[in-house]
Amino acid sequence: MYSAHALSLAIWLPILGGVAVLFTGGDTNAHWARRLSLLIALAAFAATVPLYTGFDQHTAAMQFVENYSWIPAFNIDYHIGIDGISLPLILLTSFTTVIVVIAGWVVIQTRVSQYMAAFLIMEGLMIGVFASMDAILFYVFWEAMLIPMFVIIGIWGGPNRVYATVKFFLYTLLGSVVMLVALLFLYFKGGNSFDIQSFYTLKLSMSEQILIFFAFLLAFAVKVPMWPVHTWLPDAHVEAPTGGSVVLAAIMLKMGAYGFLRFSLPILPDASHELAWLMITLSLVAIVYISLVALVQEDMKKLIAYSSIAHMGFVTLGFFIFNAQGMEGGLIEMVSHGFVSGALFLCVGVLYDRMHSRQIRDYGGVANRMPVFATFMMLFVMANVGLPGTSGFVGEFLVILGSFQVNGWYAFAAATILVTGAAYTLWLYKRVIFGNVVNDRVAALHDVGVREFSFLALLAVAVLAMGLWPSPFLDVMHVSVNHLLVQAATSKL
Amino acid sequence: MNFAVPNIAPAVPEIFILVMACAILILDLFLNDSNRHVGYFLTLATLVGAAVVTVRSFHHTAVYTFNHMFVADMLSDVLNLAIYGLTFFVLVYSRRYLRERGMFRGEYFVLALFGVVGMMIMTSAAHFLTLYLGLELLSLSQYALVAFQRDSSRATEAAMKYFVLGALASGMLLYGMSMLYGVTGSLDIGLVRQKIEAISSGNVVLIFGLVFIVVGLAFKLGAVPFHMWIPDVYEGAPTAVTLYVGTMPKLAAFAMIIRLLVGGLQGLSANWQEMFLIMAVLSMALGNVAAIAQTNIKRMLAYSTISHMGFFLLGIVSAGPAGYGAAMFYMLVYTTMSLGGFGMVILLSRAGFEAERLDDFKGLNQRSPWHAFIMLLLMFSMAGVPPTAGFFAKLLVFQAIVNAGYVWLAAVGVLLSVVGAFYYLRVVKLMYFDAPVDSSPIKVDADLQLMMGINGLAMIAVTPWVGALVNLCSQAIRSIS
Repeated sequence: MYSAHALSLAIWLPILGGVAVLFTGGDTNAHWARRLSLLIALAAFAATVPLYTGFDQHTAAMQFVENYSWIPAFNIDYHIGIDGISLPLILLTSFTTVIVVIAGWVVIQTRVSQYMAAFLIMEGLMIGVFASMDAILFYVFWEAMLIPMFVIIGIWGGPNRVYATVKFFLYTLLGSVVMLVALLFLYFKGGNSFDIQSFYTLKLSMSEQILIFFAFLLAFAVKVPMWPVHTWLPDAHVEAPTGGSVVLAAIMLKMGAYGFLRFSLPILPDASHELAWLMITLSLVAIVYISLVALVQEDMKKLIAYSSIAHMGFVTLGFFIFNAQGMEGGLIEMVSHGFVSGALFLCVGVLYDRMHSRQIRDYGGVANRMPVFATFMMLFVMANVGLPGTSGFVGEFLVILGSFQVNGWYAFAAATILVTGAAYTLWLYKRVIFGNVVNDRVAALHDVGVREFSFLALLAVAVLAMGLWPSPFLDVMHVSVNHLLVQAATSKL
Repeated sequence: MNFAVPNIAPAVPEIFILVMACAILILDLFLNDSNRHVGYFLTLATLVGAAVVTVRSFHHTAVYTFNHMFVADMLSDVLNLAIYGLTFFVLVYSRRYLRERGMFRGEYFVLALFGVVGMMIMTSAAHFLTLYLGLELLSLSQYALVAFQRDSSRATEAAMKYFVLGALASGMLLYGMSMLYGVTGSLDIGLVRQKIEAISSGNVVLIFGLVFIVVGLAFKLGAVPFHMWIPDVYEGAPTAVTLYVGTMPKLAAFAMIIRLLVGGLQGLSANWQEMFLIMAVLSMALGNVAAIAQTNIKRMLAYSTISHMGFFLLGIVSAGPAGYGAAMFYMLVYTTMSLGGFGMVILLSRAGFEAERLDDFKGLNQRSPWHAFIMLLLMFSMAGVPPTAGFFAKLLVFQAIVNAGYVWLAAVGVLLSVVGAFYYLRVVKLMYFDAPVDSSPIKVDADLQLMMGINGLAMIAVTPWVGALVNLCSQAIRSIS
């Protein structure tokens, strides 16, 4: 039988491990910091595997539940558990952290122990967000995560890093604090409990629901990010070190979407239906307009950042059309985008480490010097476009299918990403990889080494596996998604 | 005539500290400069001794003595313990600073101890006069402490401002008390309470008296619009004194609010609630906005204090046991953060150099990662970012205020706390992202190093035990009613 504390282990192992890494001290011991971090990241990944193998796919109830009283005076508990919605995201988190540690191995040469520790601590906090069943515990993890990210962008980031990181921090903080007020309101409305599941059965009038919906929307929309509160993301991505970009794109953005599933839809079903038009509109704007914005970017990271916003638009669209295809598609898209965007940022990182430029115009003909790299990047680019056989296809296809059932025009607008997405991604690929070698610096490039090969290969396997055989992912979430749809369809007026 | 000897048992810690303070004062006459540390260690020992006495005689139920003028209950014991602990930290933090500036003298320790006695009397007051006595004992010690650096014109100016405004506030308080006496015919807080409950609401003299009392309290707290002295005094006083003025007296002020308003004037709660509501919003707004413009860290922390008093007052505004408990927890957390913040300024200062500009914190992470990390914890805690203690303090007062039906006030509070986050983040930015201007090595004594570490880590280490602490606070609050 699996340990009663499997979930706590998955949260606290990386956090305590990260603190241990801090104790390796300065850069004279950097090699120890790296090895220890990799060990801890692998152990933390291993700690999340039992959550999958021991998961019962036939129930929507919370599993691996742990519940301890924390602040009894205010009924705040250490209450954690997972269902089919949070499980894939937890696995994604622990997997991504391993990749990030490997990716930072050589690139980061200053304050290595702090860098590695920040990522490990952040891993634990992010898993905590996905596992929290208590609203305040959720909020604590949700906010605490900002601290390591703030430091990561601020210390190891690009030239304009301070602006970007302060903007990132204040933007997300502003979004979240309003959510806190909504949670406090729910606490008193719902008979003095912060248990998220007790919110699900709470009767709320339409006006209350709408106010709370907007409070949540501010928090989650900033994190997703949805148009028009997305402006922090390109700045943060461009300035963040590669590892920071990967975690931002692969996991942090998913938290906003997760918030909609865990809070907005089941707690506020009536407001969600009432305001679905707004959410769908914002999602479609993100898909159509942000894709066009991505088309004209000259900075590779910025382009992928805008592409992320567009893809997250797909996710939110899937959630607010209220059918199984849409929701499952959105979830699959979340995980797939985690792999794909992470991989693309890593690809940019590989190039940046060699050339110290992210400008597309500095590149050209890279395939001539880096054929292995070009092959990997081809796969990830195709997955970003949504080519059948890659993970990107499954999610997008399901969401388009789902939106067809609601309104053909939604599907039409959403499907434009298949054209514009292909345009900006393939054009990026063409300009960077194909053609003749444009300058001496490109001519001096050398292909990926063992370390880079290993993390690209891991991601490639993940992308293909999800594309060719998605059922292990779908099966896990199926029951939970149906349960959520029922909740979202039950009026609470 | 009844000459019964009063029961002095509840006041033993006060008496002990008073006796020790006098002993140290006399002893100091026989010490020369090379062994001043005897007085220092005796002072520390006094605090530890008082703590032992308080713990051993911990009062779970209220005990009145001195003709019902003095009370020892759980509230006073818990606050006194916090006051001993904080004073202990303050003295350890200040040791080298005082020595380097020629202030390491017996008078400093004696004044500090007299201040502690004043605060203890305030936490235990069951009578208007006792309260006033404690307040004046504390205030006069503080005026003298601020002016301790005799040759510094800045400190003298600060002391003068503090004294004039402080005396005015004390006068207001006293005037308010006299009005209450006029209406109720009593100075005993318990009797005043009963009388007020019997009087129909809307008694003009009563309301007038209340206004004066609230003004006096707000001045001691430093809530807007009675905050003017805070930035000047905090900046002008020697940092070791700022450390003293900025920490424990806030706890005493909290005790004063609880004893006077909750204990005595609960019948007028609707009235003082309104006044505090306005002051809370103004304090949060002005404190947080004005702090952004500061370049001197002591001044910045002073404005941050003002904003924290605003958040603290939210707990009082909610006017219920849960709110008072939350306010008490807030004050305990705030004093610990403030202790650490000013402690860090002391830590970075050295002979002939005051690290009081924000720029002095630049690149601290490169000079000393450990101290930068401690300061990072303190700053995030002040900003109220989870999982630090500062977050829970804010959470609890917001919870209390939402419970009292002021959802909009909680929304205003959280938005202003985001404004506040900006200047705390700026300190983190300076420490972590900027290159150092001052690259001289940081020399820290082992005792300061250790205490600072405890102080900083407490911000995060307390997280699992927040529940127990909150429980303690609410029990202490319940003990008075």
